[in-house]
Amino acid sequence: MLGRLTIEALPFYSWVAMGGAGVTVLGGVAVFLLITYLRAWKVLWTDWLTSVDHKKIGIMYVVLSLVMLVRGFVDALMMRAQQAVALNNEGYLPPEHFEQIFSSHGTIMIFFVAMPFLTGLINIVVPQQIGARDVAFPFLNSVSLWLTAAGAGLVLVSLVIGKFSQAGWTGYPPYSGIEYSPGVGVDYWLWALIVSGFGSTLAGINFIVTIIKNRCPGMKFMRMPLFTWTALCVSILIAFAFPGLTVVAAQLTLDRTLGFHFFTNGDGGNMMLFANLLWIWGHPEVYILILPAFGIFSEVVATFSRKRLFGYASLVYATACIALLSFTVWLHHFFTMGSSSNVNAVFGIATMIIAVPTGVKIFDWLFTLYRGRIEFHPAMVFTIGFMVTFVIGGVTGVLLALPPADYLMHNSTFLVAHFHNMLIPGALFGYFAGMNYWFPKAFGFKLDVKWGMRSFWFWFIGFYLAFMPLYVLGFMGMSRRMEHYADPTWQPYLIVAALGAICVLCGIVCIAVQLYVSAKNWGSARDITGDPWNGRTLEWATSSPPAPYNFAVLPQVEDIDAFHDMKIRGVAYQVPDRYEDIVMPKSSGLGPILGGLAFVLGFAMVWYIWWLAALCLVLSLVCVGIRAFDDDSDYIFPAAEVERMEKARLEQITPADLHDMRDFLPVGPASGEILPGRV
Amino acid sequence: MSETAVTGTASDLLEEEEKKSLESREFGFWVYLMTDAIIFALLFATYVVLSKNSAAGPTSKDVFDLRHTAGETALLLISSLTFGMATIAMAKGLSGRVIMWLVVTALLGVGFLAMEMMEFHGMIAKGAGPDVSGFLSAFFTLVGTHGLHVTFGTIGILVMIVQIPLKGLTPPVRSRLLRLGLFWHFLDIVWIGIFSVVYLPGVM
Repeated sequence: MLGRLTIEALPFYSWVAMGGAGVTVLGGVAVFLLITYLRAWKVLWTDWLTSVDHKKIGIMYVVLSLVMLVRGFVDALMMRAQQAVALNNEGYLPPEHFEQIFSSHGTIMIFFVAMPFLTGLINIVVPQQIGARDVAFPFLNSVSLWLTAAGAGLVLVSLVIGKFSQAGWTGYPPYSGIEYSPGVGVDYWLWALIVSGFGSTLAGINFIVTIIKNRCPGMKFMRMPLFTWTALCVSILIAFAFPGLTVVAAQLTLDRTLGFHFFTNGDGGNMMLFANLLWIWGHPEVYILILPAFGIFSEVVATFSRKRLFGYASLVYATACIALLSFTVWLHHFFTMGSSSNVNAVFGIATMIIAVPTGVKIFDWLFTLYRGRIEFHPAMVFTIGFMVTFVIGGVTGVLLALPPADYLMHNSTFLVAHFHNMLIPGALFGYFAGMNYWFPKAFGFKLDVKWGMRSFWFWFIGFYLAFMPLYVLGFMGMSRRMEHYADPTWQPYLIVAALGAICVLCGIVCIAVQLYVSAKNWGSARDITGDPWNGRTLEWATSSPPAPYNFAVLPQVEDIDAFHDMKIRGVAYQVPDRYEDIVMPKSSGLGPILGGLAFVLGFAMVWYIWWLAALCLVLSLVCVGIRAFDDDSDYIFPAAEVERMEKARLEQITPADLHDMRDFLPVGPASGEILPGRV
Repeated sequence: MSETAVTGTASDLLEEEEKKSLESREFGFWVYLMTDAIIFALLFATYVVLSKNSAAGPTSKDVFDLRHTAGETALLLISSLTFGMATIAMAKGLSGRVIMWLVVTALLGVGFLAMEMMEFHGMIAKGAGPDVSGFLSAFFTLVGTHGLHVTFGTIGILVMIVQIPLKGLTPPVRSRLLRLGLFWHFLDIVWIGIFSVVYLPGVM
């Protein structure tokens, strides 16, 4: 009836594990009680969970990401604490628990922090940047969100019921096979990946179609904002790469569950096949995480330098180049696993070539800064911190791209330092910059600058403290993932790294305080115009937060910096002759229901509860069938209501709220004229 | 008078939006098929890597029967033709004939699935199940994934057979049928790949 699920699955075997489970359960109960106390269930369901509005879906993605960031970071803190003390002793974590922690840390940070964060930001911003009223498939968007949430739910549940994988976030067989990992851990990992990966694939398809089909008049490809360009490239990467993850995860699942022999030691399995298939997805995935951040940096650096982005076309081509090249380098993740030297050389050279378009980007951003009127907003500071730090990661990456050097450094903490050096500045700093930059667009008020700056400095210094010692330790011969060690010369470095982790913890606390303080003082930091930073791209033309339909009248674009151009020409904030009815997608409960079914399906498969899995599959098909009969999924947002909302917005804006555009004019301002950009 | 004019424009607006949305869906479906093609590409790659790894179990020569495969191929290829006939009937607006051709297609699809089940059942009974060797795991996964797609496609056809009499050949129904057709023909192409990469070299 319950498969292999018994009372033994509860974590009574260790105090640390019980603590983790307790915090998870208490957190869930606390959220449940809070919502009940606020009587917010109905509002939550009708206005948020069932919403197909891309802005709300984006916000929910980011909330999911921030919650999971805390969970993933607790793992990091525990690992640093363990390694700081575990010289010639067992530390406080038994090996099998330590292994679960590094496995869940990687899995969570990549799949449930970075992926939802970038998907959320793309959701909030891209439709507005291309002058669209919604994504191409609003309902599918909701399904994507809930599948991602279902995957995250599976990882969280593994903390309470059963164990998580001990095979690392890449889960190489044969260790991840049923023979060496007979428990449920690897299955949790696999089903979290399959379910959320499916959601990501659907999101990728959605944004390819949105960006290609839903652009407003005049928004040619070479006028699209850089963030939209990176979103397009990333969506294409997702659509090409994530099916690979689905295949490799399904194959390992078949090996484990039904005794297949794809990757087993004997009976004709081939473990190298796993490494190849995983990294055919995994390397593009690195760029899926980083490219959107590059897009954010491009937006932020232009806005806060008060200049047009330097080398727009070269940035677009560099992005496309990186996207293409990302499929040609996967073998550098396993140079040491038996390829011939010629094969290694080909992939090593291909890897180094990626440094070229990336370097082009760095120079473009530097030239945008050059002679700009730089404003040190937190978003900008994260961008500058990224540029400085990312170059170091790039250089160590080129070092690792040399197969002979890789033979010495692979599997060492040097590698750990390298990829954190790519992903923390290269992805996370970008998402934080994006959060500081677009928060007023999503919520209608600005984030507190002081706490934003504090969060940056803690993250920035914490990063260097935590990872520079790992580079050194790598040269000293320390392997990654060590639960304890016997070399006393390592310990000082590991203590510094632990201090770095504490510093990053302060950075996370600062972000929480920043959110709290900003929400408390929201009245004094309101964004009335919808354009708090004198922005250049179309998302700043909508109100903050935007109306459900984004644009009352679809804009006409005539320049790369579409909104900047409108302000210069004095056509921003214009009242149209008349407002028109707008077609909007209806909310649907099927999204969260499908997500719930996927969660239960994954859980049932992990515990071999076959009848429940079959039931979920059938019910999912029924849901899809119901949707296939629904030809009435849109409604009319009446013109009168649009007019009321637009008038209410424009009445609030006084000329004093608007940015002075005189400085941006090609020639000096003529006296006595009406200022461009003011109504 | 003005009342009807207002509702007239509203339904016009919905219709116009629907047209745009259906165009996006058709484009999106092509993109989806591409992602599916990648799934099959990787399953093919897996099969090619593992096809000689029969360990102590039977080899491809022992388990493949080209005459049976020829039957399956014939059923599937003819079903693609009959789906094409349904599409032609749809273009002419003959919903009765569309349903008739869809029923034929579904029967052929079920026939194909039945033959495939017989093949799988026979192999497992002979001790050539997917848990025997890497070769058989790859074979069952590749061909089984195709079969699973045919199953979903058949369910889709059944849904359309119900939907057409209920809704008529409205633009959304036509669009759905068009997309289902793409899916069905796509599976035909994949099968030709399976025939050429799995079965033909397997018996040589």
